[in-house]
Amino acid sequence: MTQHGLKRGACAIAGVAESDLGEVAAGLSPLDLMGQAAQRALADAGLSLRDVDGLFATTSQSRMPTLALAEYLGIRPRYHDGTNIGGCSFMSMVAHAQAAIQAGLCEVALIAYASTQRSLGRANVAAPDVNPYESPYRPLYTASSYALAASRHMHEYGTTREQLAQVAVAAREWALLNPQAWEKEPLTVADVLGSRMVSTPLTVRDCCLVTDGGGAIIVTSAERAKTLRKRPAYVLGVGEDLGHYSISNMPDLTVTGAVRSGAAAYAMAGLKPADIDVVQVYDAFTITTLLFLEDLGFCPKGEGGRFVADGAIAPGGQLPVNTSGGGLSYCHPGMFGIFVLIEAVRQLRGEAGRRQVAGCDTAIAHGNGGTLSSQSTVILGTQATL
Amino acid sequence: MSLNTIAAGASPLALFRDYLQRGELAYQFDAASGQPVFFPRVIAPGTGNAVEWRVSGGKGTVHAATVISPRGEPPYNVVLVDMDEGFRLMSRVEEVPADAVRIGMRVRSRVHTPGDGAGAAPYVVFVPEAA
Repeated sequence: MTQHGLKRGACAIAGVAESDLGEVAAGLSPLDLMGQAAQRALADAGLSLRDVDGLFATTSQSRMPTLALAEYLGIRPRYHDGTNIGGCSFMSMVAHAQAAIQAGLCEVALIAYASTQRSLGRANVAAPDVNPYESPYRPLYTASSYALAASRHMHEYGTTREQLAQVAVAAREWALLNPQAWEKEPLTVADVLGSRMVSTPLTVRDCCLVTDGGGAIIVTSAERAKTLRKRPAYVLGVGEDLGHYSISNMPDLTVTGAVRSGAAAYAMAGLKPADIDVVQVYDAFTITTLLFLEDLGFCPKGEGGRFVADGAIAPGGQLPVNTSGGGLSYCHPGMFGIFVLIEAVRQLRGEAGRRQVAGCDTAIAHGNGGTLSSQSTVILGTQATL
Repeated sequence: MSLNTIAAGASPLALFRDYLQRGELAYQFDAASGQPVFFPRVIAPGTGNAVEWRVSGGKGTVHAATVISPRGEPPYNVVLVDMDEGFRLMSRVEEVPADAVRIGMRVRSRVHTPGDGAGAAPYVVFVPEAA
């Protein structure tokens, strides 16, 4: 039972686009990339900048991203939201945009993100907060936090490094079907295990990429979306959960807030995991994919490692997961959630080329922020699901 | 056991470090809810209650562990320790090879005072309980 006023199918994603990805031309700024992605997403929807009356944006490279982007785009939006809860900010922005659209505060919401972390160096664009109770121990931010969670998952459930590696291998197999993907070469479990160790048990191949890039999404009312260029991806359900900030304060290292955000999204959508045709989750590290498969109900708690072990989430497997290649192999300009949503929409539209999942009417797009901290879930569907 | 409530205007971090200077690992306690509190705050999380300071017995169990091997530097571990009083904190385990730390290992606290540079604040580290 949904306890809020957001209505299933009342809004839709009408446009999606990436900016240039990978390593972008020297001197391009996050605002340049957001502008490029915004114009492409508007064109995808058949809209123009003049239609945008709601602006949602975040980036680690601007103190006031919505102000900076409104100036850059030359728009004066009626409604704005600069939520920053890390990589799932964009799933939350979809929820917040729907609330604003239903309340009449705006009609066409632009959600945008970009980073030049590869060009400038990650430490220069996303320095962690100083935490006097953690910083003295020099954990790698964010890898060591996820490594601690992985160590606990291995201890409690017998998950192995080989099983974690299978997540990276599956992501790479999907990426080889995506011409936009950064990684172009095959990857084996042995490659993952033999790569440079970053923070045990995670090697560099268990960790997301560091690339430049941006993305944009257009959210509007279902009525408006029906009049636009592309088939709408209707917002069927949304859910958000804010947990701890630092990993020391995560109540249970093997259970994330995706349990709550997912339950809220499923309840609003009136769907269950078995109804979902394609799964897109923020794979910041191989362990995160396992945790979200468990916490979003695709396998029991603790079974994630065994679930992925035989290619179940790779192309041709029983459950298509991260069909873009994910943050592990497609692109990862920091806050990856916006790309999770973009791929979900493309699958629902049938635009995913060689990686297209047949008969795709429902998609779950799940984002993660911080150190397994914030969790936001969006369930999308085609016209057939209304 | 030292027991005092936080005074208005006092910094929880400064008080925590005062205890460390005396060789003690302090934590807070919400007497109304019966819950330990860590990291130190000016109010208790979830209730807004006043917090009392308490001194830990220093014994705990490694809850999670990772080893980092920076290029050109010796490896070191980062752990989460569950203290016997019921709070959890990040730290490292010393006096064993970095990769010899195991989940479930019993450890006891020790105050580490960095020798590098004036004003470097002390922090708590752990050693195996038997060491």
